[in-house]
This record gives sequence, structure tokens and C-alpha cells, in this order.
Amino acid sequence: MISALKIKQAGRRFWVDRVSTIWMFAGLSFILVIPLAIFLGLLIKSLPLLYDQSIWTILSGTQWSPMKGNFGFLPFIVGSVLVTILAVCITAPTSLMTSIYITQFAPKRFLKMVHPVIDILAGIPSVIYGVWGILTIVPLVAGLASWFGIRSTGYSILAGGIVLAVMSTPYVLNMLIEVFRSMPVGLKEASLSLGSTYWECIKHVLLRKGLSGILAAFALGVSNALGNTIAVLMVVGNRVQFPSNVFEAGYPIPALIANNYGEMMSIPLYDSALMLAALLLFVMVTSFNFASRYVIQKSEVG
Amino acid sequence: MNKKLFEEKFFKYLTRLTTWLLFVVLGWIIATILYRGIPAMSWDMITKVPQGGFYFGKEGGVLNAIIGSFYLAGGATLCAIVVSLPVALFMNIHMIKHRKTLIRIRLLLDILWGVPAIVYGAFGFTLMLFIGLRASLLAGIITVAIMICPIMIRAMDEVLRTIPRGLMEASYSLGSTQTETAFKIYARKALPGLTTAILLALGKGVGDAAAVLFTAGFTDYIPENLLQPTATLPLSIFFQLSSPIEAVRERAYAAAIILTILILLFSLTGRGISTLYKKYTANGTD
Repeated sequence: MISALKIKQAGRRFWVDRVSTIWMFAGLSFILVIPLAIFLGLLIKSLPLLYDQSIWTILSGTQWSPMKGNFGFLPFIVGSVLVTILAVCITAPTSLMTSIYITQFAPKRFLKMVHPVIDILAGIPSVIYGVWGILTIVPLVAGLASWFGIRSTGYSILAGGIVLAVMSTPYVLNMLIEVFRSMPVGLKEASLSLGSTYWECIKHVLLRKGLSGILAAFALGVSNALGNTIAVLMVVGNRVQFPSNVFEAGYPIPALIANNYGEMMSIPLYDSALMLAALLLFVMVTSFNFASRYVIQKSEVG
Repeated sequence: MNKKLFEEKFFKYLTRLTTWLLFVVLGWIIATILYRGIPAMSWDMITKVPQGGFYFGKEGGVLNAIIGSFYLAGGATLCAIVVSLPVALFMNIHMIKHRKTLIRIRLLLDILWGVPAIVYGAFGFTLMLFIGLRASLLAGIITVAIMICPIMIRAMDEVLRTIPRGLMEASYSLGSTQTETAFKIYARKALPGLTTAILLALGKGVGDAAAVLFTAGFTDYIPENLLQPTATLPLSIFFQLSSPIEAVRERAYAAAIILTILILLFSLTGRGISTLYKKYTANGTD
């Protein structure tokens, strides 16, 4: 009797194990298929437009008038690239300096104080950054523009760049801290024992050793900035044009997608164009991301 | 003073300055939101749904968006847990010997973490059309769940990785199956860390606007079932801000306070749990 019960229990345990393993494996496969599904889903949706016009006319076209069937992406690509470059130009030096201070100069407990700040900055929603941008950065940029003698509302690619720079700082910073921490201590000790000052050691040894990791962290910032939607959309001005200076409005790709979802179903090929824009964004961000993560992983292993 | 020492001093102060800038910016953001939002804050904001003249600056609040955000993010988080916890456990128990594969999976998950929310939104939209769903709470939940899954798995994975191998060996040697080891030993041991991971994903779900733009729709009412559209707090702020009427924009600032407080709550709770956790594990995890 008892042994029968035991066998029954063991059988149950065996089946529970089987079923749960299958579930776990199914979940993993599901997650691993998602990137492919995103790519294919967006591709299928953008096929109607790709049949209609060649990809090169779309990518190099400067006219955006959906009613007439003109879907030129170039102004949006330029807008995205400009905003991203501005953001990285601001965030790269400041994050690098900050990470150097945190990992090299500051006492250890300082990291415990900074960590929550980085976490909170990373956790603040995009829309809040947008509100902050409208309330403070936009008037600031307008003031700066009038200082230079340029008339601007403040809703400009510079404002977008500044807001983006603040938003991507926590990600870049986390990566940089990681890079500096994974460097062997012996390297630093050797350099210091040869009589270099702290800063010389950082400049000649650590920065050189960590160069690939540092560049990868910046690339991560780029991919983060490229894809950000709501905050940029709120401060960048959203005008289809080629900005001639940083105080003019621009129109990045994510803003294009987010702004026009309402009317896209009523105009032929419009939805297809927006899905193509999303696909383009996906490919751009993913390749940047892949490159940077790959380099970081390599530098951590090696 | 010689040049070398001057350079050293200069950069030490410069790097310290940029670090303090971080604190200043965070303070600046929170102060701005509070300063503009508090005057517009009222009891009505969090207890009433928009009334007739709400979008002209009349009575009403954003209760629809608060509840909507909770439904959406809560639902998405639950869905994500059902997938993420088993996957994270699978990676750390069943696949522990396949180190190369694990590295590739982690790389892929990190990349998925970096995919912009708007792309998830567009993907959710195509998925929604594919299964014949309209913009609704359900479509929003599915989209957000897909978006926060990689975040949750990676965060859980980081916690589970720190559990010593010996625990697994001890569990096996007592005759337990892999599933029992996973859920009864690993999940229990890592529970505080897992909670932090869940809160992280929940925060992302509540704060996101781009992914639900296409999929969740927007409504002035509190959704009663999964197939009705729903409002969310970030979108509500976004729409109110684009209004030309001053009083409506003022309310957006008040709604921004509500959202900021929610996010701060999640992140502080998560942080509190993980510090508690560190106190109770003798070997330390970090």
C-alpha cells in the first residue's frame, strides 16, 4: 500500500518536472523568437510601400506628403541623427568624467550614494523628462538663441539633444562604471608605482586599456537616444525640414511614428510607411546595440 | 606648483563637478515638477474621472488614467512573470552547463531590452491587427508584457546567478528534481531580489507611453473589461500638455507629480528590498 503511494507520488513529481521543464523551454523559445517576429511583422506590414517605391527613393526622398504618395524619409533620418549626435556630444564627456570620479577618486561609500540617483534617473518616465524639458530647457534654449541673435521658439533639436543627453546619462554611466570596475587593479598599481600621478595613470593607462569598452558605452547611449520617443517629441518642434542650425525644429523618426498613428489608417500606404519607419528604427538601434554589447562582453571576458 | 600636479588637481575637481551635476539635475527635475504641479493639485485630480468640460479646464480628474495605468501595468507584469520567472530559472538551472549558449541568450536579451518602446508599439499594433483585436486594454497588456519580459528576465537572471552552485548540488543529492530545485530552493532563496526585478519591470510598464500609444487607445472612463480601450497616466499627461488652454496644461503638471511619485515609490521599494536582502545574506551578493 505504502509503496504504491510512493510510486504514485514519484510519478507525480516526475510529471510535474516534465511539464514545468516544457513550459520553461517554451517560454525561452518564445522570448528568443521575439526579435525575429518584430522584424518579420514590421517587414510584412511595410511591403506594400516597398512594392510601390524602391527603398532608395524612400530613404533619400526629401518630400513628405502622404496625400500625394510621397514618403521621403531623409528629413526624419537627418533629424534623428542630429538630435542623437548632439545628445552624445553632451552626455559622453560628462558621463566619462563622472564615472572616473566615482570609480577612481571618490571614497567607496560614495558609490552607494550615487547608485540610487542613477537608478532614479533611469526610472523616471520619458514623459516626465518631456514635461521638464518644456518647462525649463525650451525657454533656456530660446534665451540662448536670442543671445546669438537667432529667433527661435526654443522647440529645437538642441532642446531635444539636451533632454536626450540627460535621459541617456544613467545608461551610459552604468556601463562606464562597469568598464572601469572590470579593469585589473594590478595595472593601476604598476603605473602608480612607476611614479605617475593619479591622473596620468587614468589618462595613459586606464583610458587606453578601456577604450573599446568606453566607445561601446557611448554606442549604447547612441542606440538609447535614437529610439527615445515621447520626451523628444515634446521638445523638438516636429517640423519636416532640414535644420540649418541647432536652434531650429527637427523631426526624428520616433516622433514621426508617434505623431501620425491616428490618421495612418485613412490614407493609402501611410500605415505601411510608418511601419517601415519603425523597421528602420529597429534595425538601426539593434545594430548599434549589438555592436556595443558584443564589444563589452568581449572586453569583460578577455 | 608644477604642471603635473596642476593637471591632477584640475581634473579631480572637474570630475567631481560633473558628478555633482548628476545630483543637481535630479533635484532640478523633481523641483520643477513639484513647483509647477502643486498649485494645480487637488483632491479631484485623483478621485474623479474627466467630466464634461475637463478638456476646457473644467471639473474632473485623471482617475481614469491612474486606474488604467494600474490595470495595464499590473496585467502586463503578471503576464510577464508567468513567462520570465520560469525562463530565468531555466537559464540558471537547466542550462547552467551550456555557458556559451547562455552568453548568447544574455546578449540577445540585452538587445531586446534596448529596442525602443515605439518599435514594440508598432509591433504590438501589427500583432493586434493580425489576431483581429482592436485598441484595448488587452492589446496594451500584451504589448507591454512583451516589452518588459526581457527586462524582467535579465534582472531576475542577475539575481539568480549569484546563488552558489553548492545549493543546487545539495538539492540534487537529496533527490529533488530540477523543478523542485528551481521553485522551492532557487526562487525562495532569491525572492527579495526577484521582487526587486518585478518592481523594476512594473515601473517601466507604468511609465511607458510609446508602446501603448497604438495599442491601448484612450478613454475618459475606467475600463470594465479587457476589450475596452484604456487611458494611461503618461498618455494623459501628454495629451493634456498639447492643449492650448492654460488650465488643462496646469493639470498635466499635477498628473506628472502623481506619475513621478508612483515611479519613485516603486524604485525606492525595490531598493529597500534589495538592501534588506543584502543584510540577510551572509556572503553578500554584489
